[in-house]
Amino acid sequence: MLSRTADNLYWLSRYVERADCLARILDVSQRLAYTPVTYGGSTNEWGSAVLTAGCADMFTERYGPLDDAKEEDVVSFLAFAPENPASIRNCFEVARTNARSVRTALTSEMWDVINSAWIELRNFPNRSLTRDELSRFLAFVKETSLRFDGATFRTMLRNDGYWFARSGAQLERSDNTARILDVKYHVLLPEKEHVGGPLDYFQWASILRSVSALTAFHWVYRDSVKPWLVADLLILNRQMPRSLAACYDSLARNLDDIASAYGRQGPSQRLARSMLARLSNRSIEDIFQAGLHEFISEFISDNNKLGAAITEQYLT
Amino acid sequence: MRQAFDEMSSIDGQVRPAYETLQHWLSSVPQDVLAHRRQEAEYIFRRIGITFAVYGEQNAQERLIPFDIVPRIITKDEWSRLSKGLEQRVKALNHYIRDVYTKREVLRAGVVPEDLVYKNPAFRPEMNGQRVPHDLYVHIAGIDIVRTDPDTFYVLEDNARTPSGVSYMLENREIMLRLFPELFSMHKVAPVENYADDLLATLRSLSPNGGHEPNVAILTPGIYNSAYYEHSFLADKLGVDLVEGRDLFVKDCTVYMRTTEGPKRVDVIYRRLDDDFLDPLAFRPDSVLGVPGLMSAYRAGNVTLTNAVGTGVADDKAVYSYMPEIIRFYLGEEPLLPNVPTWRCREADHLKYVLEHLPDLVVKEVHGSGGYGMLVGPAADKMQIEKFREKLIADPDNFIAQPTLALSTCPTLVEKGIAPRHVDLRPFILSGSDKVRIVPGGLTRVAMKEGSLVVNSSQGGGTKDTWVLDA
Repeated sequence: MLSRTADNLYWLSRYVERADCLARILDVSQRLAYTPVTYGGSTNEWGSAVLTAGCADMFTERYGPLDDAKEEDVVSFLAFAPENPASIRNCFEVARTNARSVRTALTSEMWDVINSAWIELRNFPNRSLTRDELSRFLAFVKETSLRFDGATFRTMLRNDGYWFARSGAQLERSDNTARILDVKYHVLLPEKEHVGGPLDYFQWASILRSVSALTAFHWVYRDSVKPWLVADLLILNRQMPRSLAACYDSLARNLDDIASAYGRQGPSQRLARSMLARLSNRSIEDIFQAGLHEFISEFISDNNKLGAAITEQYLT
Repeated sequence: MRQAFDEMSSIDGQVRPAYETLQHWLSSVPQDVLAHRRQEAEYIFRRIGITFAVYGEQNAQERLIPFDIVPRIITKDEWSRLSKGLEQRVKALNHYIRDVYTKREVLRAGVVPEDLVYKNPAFRPEMNGQRVPHDLYVHIAGIDIVRTDPDTFYVLEDNARTPSGVSYMLENREIMLRLFPELFSMHKVAPVENYADDLLATLRSLSPNGGHEPNVAILTPGIYNSAYYEHSFLADKLGVDLVEGRDLFVKDCTVYMRTTEGPKRVDVIYRRLDDDFLDPLAFRPDSVLGVPGLMSAYRAGNVTLTNAVGTGVADDKAVYSYMPEIIRFYLGEEPLLPNVPTWRCREADHLKYVLEHLPDLVVKEVHGSGGYGMLVGPAADKMQIEKFREKLIADPDNFIAQPTLALSTCPTLVEKGIAPRHVDLRPFILSGSDKVRIVPGGLTRVAMKEGSLVVNSSQGGGTKDTWVLDA
């Protein structure tokens, strides 16, 4: 297929995934911000949302230090700001532009999701939203990504186009999970542990919530929320669809499908496989031992390298 | 202006036979049901994203073309006359263009003045002496037809560059089938959906390289082009790649596209990009939409461009006025479809007549399109006419004039119910190396404003489904 078409499919999926992740971050921040401080609510939850979204520099330039970040500013910046290239609004705009350029590579169902979301987006005002409006907006964003994934899964031919689209989504998803861990890793560290303390419980639960895994946690571990288990679930557990291991499982498989369809392996296949191996043959204790923060930083950087390798190998 | 001929109710109000069933049906369906279905159609169009852009309008980047749910009907006999005339016309256009770029017999015989070729901005000296695959230039033509009475169809305009609108012809039919299946059970309507197959067969037949399965691609200027929807629609229906200039490159006079599996050779390019932008090395150097070196591959005969480069030399309004002579010259036949009588302002006696009769005439720019830059005399006030007079005197070569035709009308659903509105028709004629293909029908454009004769979508015109009855 045309490299540009593959590139558009790949980024289209990335942007939809990113919008979904931003919506979750805002959701959780809102929840934590309204939780009393004695129950783990924190005063700078909005600042950490900006940090997780990965646009701290641009935000502080405009609104000042993250510690003083105000809800109103953060919501408008992450959700709507036209000047923030990674705002939810812009994610949808770019996704639709990409979708228009590859209309022929999308099924009509996929196009319909993107196009109607784009039309619907105009019904949300640009001014700051009431709590109620914000909840509805976030639900709409999550709904859109669910519908898009569903349409992709149900209607798209299983060929290179599908694999590129899925690779984009998985790469973005693992990046998002890793960034959530990166910002919050300190609450997962053993030395900060006060088992049973309400403060940490809410922090841990909020991490799980930000990847929709609170219920899943109990099903998987049948235990109360413990920091090392949270880390295990998000990093190594393949049952958890947003864990780094599950994302790489699927990334490696999609890239292998591409390679076998084209009859040629390349750097991106090798990179994905070595990352998957790193996530496979170790326990969460090993990772803690070697340093959780170091592990996550390295992962984020390697994940970016894989993105670059895919672009180099196929998309240009 | 005399009263227009209505395609349903004629002039005397007598419903014409082909429309009887439709008329009966229309009068039995409540107005609000019709209005509701029209809304539904609009909703579907918006969802599918069938939009177009109007250049120079802020915030109107994507607009819908109004769709009218009342179909326009053409009988089998009428169509058979039309299609013969269309085929003849396109054959003559192909002969003319080949001649202009090779032997120029038409100029030597004095049939067409040399100026119209050499001073024509669409004339491409790069094409002089250049053979094109299968000697065909206009592979996809859109010929605009208007009607004034039961027996008279005129050719209003030839479009030999990159005529658009065919996606509306196809989508309009899909929508009608969806919204009014009952109507199709009452009429035998000739299908149009095979257009995509016909187009693909035509494009494949034009490949310069026998032997292997030709790789066909559609070249678009990109998503900001007003007809982008149509480009992607056609690529989808044909199952071929929709490429932009940056997806292609030329090496050793051969065109390749960049794919995820490396370079892939391209044999036929259905380009929806004007000549000027095709190749920055040959034409406009500032074009970022084109493909550097494309002309060298074309000249070497390694790729077919449809339509050929330089076809614009045959479809401006000055050349139009010579089309009857051109048909006689190459085919030795009388034109089956007449031209609208046309005064060429470049000729002194014609200019004199035009200046004396401005309030009665339609005056158009020779190279104008989209309904811009024209004067509709009867609809203009004194000021407008005088202003236009100055323009005309300053550059008479640039204008032609025609009588204000009473374009036929067709019943159309408007605010106040069903009312007559003026229509035209653009059939699409495909010329392959094997044969000429025309799907029955075409795009009917309708002027939605009462009394208006301007059907162009850029000026508020709408479209209708066009039915050629099979019995």
